[in-house]
Amino acid sequence: MVAAPAYVSVRDLSFSRGDRLIYDGLSVDFPKGKVTAIMGPSGTGKTTLLRLIGGQLQPDSGTVIVDGQDVSKLKRQQLFELRKQKMGMLFQTGALFTDLSVFDNVAFPLRVHTDLPEPIVRDLVLMKLEAVGLRGARDLNPAELSGGMARRVALARSIAMDPELIMYDEPFTGLDPISMGMIVKLIRGLNKALGLTSLLVSHDVEESCSIADYLCLVSGGKVIGFGTPNELLHDGSAEVRQFLRGDPDGPVPFHYPANDYRDDILAGSDF
Amino acid sequence: MISKIQDLGRVGVTVIEAIGAATMLLWNSIFWGGPGSAGFGDLIKQLYSVGVRSLSIIAVAGFFVGMVLGLQGYTILVDFGSEAALGTLVSLTLLRELGPVVTALLFAGRAGSALTAEIGLMKATEQLSAMEMMGVDPLKRVITPRLWAGLISMPILALIFSTVGIWGGAYVAVDMLGIDDGAYWGNMQASVEFYNDVVKGIIKSVAFGWVVTWIAVYQGYASVPTSEGIGKATTQTVVISSLAVLGLDFVLTAVMFGGV
Amino acid sequence: MHKRTVEFTVGAFMVMGIVALVLMAFRVSGLSMSDTGDTYTLKAHFENLGGLNERAKVSMAGVTIGRVTKIYLDPEWYSAVVEMEINKSMSTLSKDTSAAILTAGLLGEKYIGLTVGAEEEHLKDGDWIEDTQSALVLEELIGRFLFNKAEEG
Repeated sequence: MVAAPAYVSVRDLSFSRGDRLIYDGLSVDFPKGKVTAIMGPSGTGKTTLLRLIGGQLQPDSGTVIVDGQDVSKLKRQQLFELRKQKMGMLFQTGALFTDLSVFDNVAFPLRVHTDLPEPIVRDLVLMKLEAVGLRGARDLNPAELSGGMARRVALARSIAMDPELIMYDEPFTGLDPISMGMIVKLIRGLNKALGLTSLLVSHDVEESCSIADYLCLVSGGKVIGFGTPNELLHDGSAEVRQFLRGDPDGPVPFHYPANDYRDDILAGSDF
Repeated sequence: MISKIQDLGRVGVTVIEAIGAATMLLWNSIFWGGPGSAGFGDLIKQLYSVGVRSLSIIAVAGFFVGMVLGLQGYTILVDFGSEAALGTLVSLTLLRELGPVVTALLFAGRAGSALTAEIGLMKATEQLSAMEMMGVDPLKRVITPRLWAGLISMPILALIFSTVGIWGGAYVAVDMLGIDDGAYWGNMQASVEFYNDVVKGIIKSVAFGWVVTWIAVYQGYASVPTSEGIGKATTQTVVISSLAVLGLDFVLTAVMFGGV
Repeated sequence: MHKRTVEFTVGAFMVMGIVALVLMAFRVSGLSMSDTGDTYTLKAHFENLGGLNERAKVSMAGVTIGRVTKIYLDPEWYSAVVEMEINKSMSTLSKDTSAAILTAGLLGEKYIGLTVGAEEEHLKDGDWIEDTQSALVLEELIGRFLFNKAEEG
């Protein structure tokens, strides 16, 4: 189905939170160097999937392999090493450190993980900030940034260590159209320029289709469709097409399961 | 009835789980070193926000407590004509009990709640997750320096509290009530023993500092990452650590000052 | 907050802690360097200690010259043995020095008062003070007083 070799590969993944089964034998491959958007209705645990790939959650069973390493079987130390060298993640809120300036936020991973002299750190930080267009905002505090700017700074921070895999958690939520356009451009641009493998969790169909090489639709703990946006729009199952077109009714019913409407109404009027 | 017992059991299990989780947290964060571990600079920063920022409230409270002890002690002792023992009364009360305990209670309210809120907020805004994903262990980066800052600050604050209190007592006794300067300090020096009173008081304050900071960072780290959850965790920190300090005080007093 | 300011205030905070500790040691608990200086040990039998504690003062003419270090019962004589450390600077106590258990004030703490004698020879480390006077026990005094009154009347 997919020509490019897989960078992240998930096999028979099961995960439950409390009594609720979130993933039930999920298997999917995310191709290297491509942008893949993970989409699906709210509450299907798309963000959970990113956390499983990042090793922040442990699966009940199954394996998550990132660049040949089984994330769930790594020791704590190895896991941190893997994240440090290969992973970057952009959180929904940006998750900037509120007690550090924009510059120090981007410099944080460099200062913690490397012994680079300060002038080189400075150059690197300015390069990353330039890439997101915020070199001029280096002295601001996170509290002074708008939502879109905060997310761009966070993006600069997550690429500071030049990761191979970058995960975006709901990057478009709550942004004005201009900021959203900037983020879309950045995701696409970074993927092209750095050859990053990008995973994107979103339910904005339009934006996702515009930048993703592949779509991965998740519902009910399973993958219900995987392919290029075009393939899915035309050849996907009824449920996939309903989601992508945003139809209010279809295989996913408008009504929450209930007993017969007529009986229910009449049951209340027994006087 | 059965359901009541079940509820009780559930609460018991929850409490034991929390104690286990808090112990794990302590074990994983008490030592320095690890992925992206905090450095000496972070400790200084935390000493500033935990220790220095609690200084004014501790000093002011210590001064007033010392003055009140002086006044109250005087009215009692003067009946026996032994107001010269006021220095002894003020210093022993402060060194053995009020210094460590009141400092710990104020510390829980001032620094403990701030720690919980700060860590809870970092959790709610995904800063801790972001650290993890950068290959930085938030326990080592965030918790370790805060834990040690609390541990170091508390005995210093308690010592300052007692010192200011004793001088506050001296101010009332000597300058306001006219007790002889030599009698106040002389009787104090005759009855206060460095090891038995000062050092044991310091041991108490170290224990209290440890308990308060531990509870504060755990409550923050385990808080539900919503504004409501953080508010609840902050209250819990103050309530639980205050009770823990008072309970522990009884145990330590019984062990160190005997009688039981 | 500027970084240097943070460092300075934290440094000042630590210094304040040390100053407080030093004040506690010397001003409040009256710890003095000579306290831990050289001492020698004397022992004495007493019929009744009447509430004398370990670490009680040993004084001469009102000046503290040592401390009680150990109190135990002599199983042979059934009397109390008190061991005390005397500062080396007071090494010229005569052999017939007497020791009495006294009370500071009416309700105060018990201490040992030494009164020097007339002999030429001095007490050495581990020597016994022969001439001792037990503590006054209030109940005994009252008992004796009543007994005397009864005899008179």
